[in-house]
Amino acid sequence: MTSPTDVWDTVPVAMREKVRGQLESGELLVSACEHDLNTSLQFCQGLLILTDRRLLAWAPPSDQTNADGSGWRTWTLTPDVNLRAWERGSVGTLELVGQDSRLCHWRYTAGYAAAVHRVVQKLQELRTPREDRLTTSICPSCGGPLDATTGVCPACDSVAKTRTFAGLLRLVAFARPRARLIGLGFLLTLAGTTAGLVPPYLTMPLLDRVLIPHQNGQPVDFNLVVWYLSGLAGAAVLAWLLEWRRAFVMARIAEYISADLRSRTYAHLQSLSIEFFGGKRTGDLMSRVSSDTDRICNFLSSHLVSFCSDILMIVMTAAVLLTIDPWLALAALCPFPLIIWLVHVARKRLYRGYGPAGVAWAEMHNVLADTIPGIRVVKAFAQEDREVERFDASNDRVVATNDRVNRVWALFAPTVTLLTTLGLLVVWAFASWQVFQNLITVGVLTAFLAYVARLYTRMESMMYIFSSTQRAAASAQRIFEILDRVPSVPDPVNPLPIGRASGEITLEGVRFSYGSREVLHGIDLRIGAGEMIGLVGPSGAGKSTLINLICRFYDPASGSIQIDGRDIRAFKVNDYRRNIGMVLQEPFLFFGTIADNIAYGRPGATRAEIVAAARAARAHEFILRLPEGYDSVVGERGQSLSGGERQRISIARALLIDPPVLILDEATSSVDTETERDIQAAIETLIRGRTTIVIAHRLSTLRRADRLVVLDHGQLVESGTHNQLLDQAGVYARLHKAQMDMLQDHFV
Amino acid sequence: MTPVDSAKPATDPASTPMFSLHYDGWGRLVLTDASGLMHVGVETVRSFPLSDPNRGIAVCDSSGRELAWVEDPALLPDNVRLCLEDDLARREFVPLVLRIVSVSASTEPSEWDVETDRGRTRFRLKSEDDVRRLSGDRAMITDANGVRYLIPNLRGFNSAAARILERYL
Repeated sequence: MTSPTDVWDTVPVAMREKVRGQLESGELLVSACEHDLNTSLQFCQGLLILTDRRLLAWAPPSDQTNADGSGWRTWTLTPDVNLRAWERGSVGTLELVGQDSRLCHWRYTAGYAAAVHRVVQKLQELRTPREDRLTTSICPSCGGPLDATTGVCPACDSVAKTRTFAGLLRLVAFARPRARLIGLGFLLTLAGTTAGLVPPYLTMPLLDRVLIPHQNGQPVDFNLVVWYLSGLAGAAVLAWLLEWRRAFVMARIAEYISADLRSRTYAHLQSLSIEFFGGKRTGDLMSRVSSDTDRICNFLSSHLVSFCSDILMIVMTAAVLLTIDPWLALAALCPFPLIIWLVHVARKRLYRGYGPAGVAWAEMHNVLADTIPGIRVVKAFAQEDREVERFDASNDRVVATNDRVNRVWALFAPTVTLLTTLGLLVVWAFASWQVFQNLITVGVLTAFLAYVARLYTRMESMMYIFSSTQRAAASAQRIFEILDRVPSVPDPVNPLPIGRASGEITLEGVRFSYGSREVLHGIDLRIGAGEMIGLVGPSGAGKSTLINLICRFYDPASGSIQIDGRDIRAFKVNDYRRNIGMVLQEPFLFFGTIADNIAYGRPGATRAEIVAAARAARAHEFILRLPEGYDSVVGERGQSLSGGERQRISIARALLIDPPVLILDEATSSVDTETERDIQAAIETLIRGRTTIVIAHRLSTLRRADRLVVLDHGQLVESGTHNQLLDQAGVYARLHKAQMDMLQDHFV
Repeated sequence: MTPVDSAKPATDPASTPMFSLHYDGWGRLVLTDASGLMHVGVETVRSFPLSDPNRGIAVCDSSGRELAWVEDPALLPDNVRLCLEDDLARREFVPLVLRIVSVSASTEPSEWDVETDRGRTRFRLKSEDDVRRLSGDRAMITDANGVRYLIPNLRGFNSAAARILERYL
């Protein structure tokens, strides 16, 4: 039994004492779950507690559907009482059913489904204790392992943790290897900022000692002018040089960090289970590797750096001003934070227009992306006018939203100027007063004005830091989400060497589940070395899952798979997979030459070996008919090949690695008879002397297999040769008859 | 679906329906078809839940096979219609958002705190694509778990909420 402390984690902290108060002495908490709806589907948190003898339900006493006022209801779990949970749409129902009626029911939204099913499963386990209790199962949405106690996927359930800047801080780990470069960048920034502060300082004596005395008719040493001017020029050139180096060094640092991030992310992606890549995630994953890292690079190289140097400059300027004249410095700096804040508010407000404009633009793109590829349909149904109208409508929205954006944006620049001028006005007023009082010189006044004006020019860029930090943090979060994911099939700590296996495969009590749904319920199967097994069964019976387990794309929830009598989890994943060749229903060709594609599993293969494999796969002749033979480029953007041709290339690919175990997923779609014969012949060569597992659809394959294994609803229901199974008149006979009927329909 | 399947339930909607509905003691909906056969645990499905929710309702068995088609529930006998409407109401769960209390951030994923006609709740929005404008100033939000929330009237919001939604629509 699970230790009670783990189970208590599933009870919300606030409820733990209340639950403890309800338990009888010696009563053990088995499982618990929350649910968020009452029976009239109003949002209302409730709690269900499963103990070793009772089911307890709690609902807030305020809830009107709650029968008695205390909030607690209990049922004793007699053997005829059972729990059942099912979902429809986004709402699920958990029912407590007795012998002849439903005793009670609770409702929940989809997010609580996993936890609810966990409770149902726990009750089942309580009734029929199993040695091989489900220890792990796979999250149906991302393929990661589920938490054993709560039945929740830790990766998919990361609600609310997302709003932190922790992701950005974690970038430090990637910055560490570049510490020296970063140090250099910092020194350059410091030096550049200092050099930038020199010119206004030199204008002070230029005015006070040269120009103003000269205007007042006093004799002046004009050599000083030359000195000051060359000082000004020198400082400018120095600042330019340093700024140039700094920008370059900083950009390089950012580029290095984001490149490290990219390659780490990509390498990690390769180690994740295939389920993770399922469906429409591809685009999202690609954008994480490319755009998100790029956004971080941008943030590091320009926004963060310029923000830091701005801060540095403000601090240093303030220091300089304070040393020249503390009172004037305070007067000059006081309005600065206020103005920064005002500009920030204005900017934020004006930015809001951007969102709708972006959405309108994207919508217009969608119309284009929708209709241009579908132009044949548009024309066939004579809907050109309607499509033009649709486009015009979204185009009008673009104009309308942009109009609004332009109206506010046009206001922005003048607003900043106004605020800046007002800030400078404060300096003017206070400094003029001080000049009248003879407290400062005109030179000091000009220097102050120059410094303060400089502060204001940096203000615009400083504003960017708010939004760009937020965006970069979100990007970092998305990347670390991938990096934090644990591969679902870990390599063992001390792997056994596998070498070349003989190909005997044994499955013992293999169970597997996606989330709460168990898809394989204990499969026992022995496949001799060199035997050819045909896997048969209706779709959804678990054939592909079984194959995935044999390939070790996942590990079974319980039970074991052995090759040559040793558990496959004892080997390194890659060593083990090297013993398996796969020919898939829809073979994938990478962009590259045909030769490269055939040699994909063994990049060191010689040309002769490649040709031999192609010949054995009956691909040689059609390859030769291509303009560039084996060097013809195929795959996306390359030469297009027919389905049968791709199939034969993938057979050659499998032949070349000469695996002891072969897995074949037969295509259901039919090709023309001649191609079919070629493929059959190629497969014939391929399976010779290998343990072969075929997901079989073709009659010829079914007849040829040494043994057919029939799966139905995750169970192994029949096994035997084609003829034996037909005689049994079971599931296989039914499937076979249905297929024959369909074939006849085709020919009639 | 083969033509045979869809042809069978397409009875003339104006005539008396060839089936009846009732709940059994287990709380399951039971359909009795024209031949008197009972189908236990049937489900009601709207064909156009957004554009024309009140017409075109299918009754399917638990594996999704269509057993009956109701073009217009108003033409059904009262007891059958009430059962049908009750089941639809019970199974349809689309809370109406009355007020947006807060949204945690301007970038997704964000946490939304909303007041709905079914009480207050929090949900998580995974991507901006999950907010969709519907006809007639309505909008639909689908949260990370697939629960849908309907915004009945975009104009009915205060300016803060309108500004939040503006980003998505």
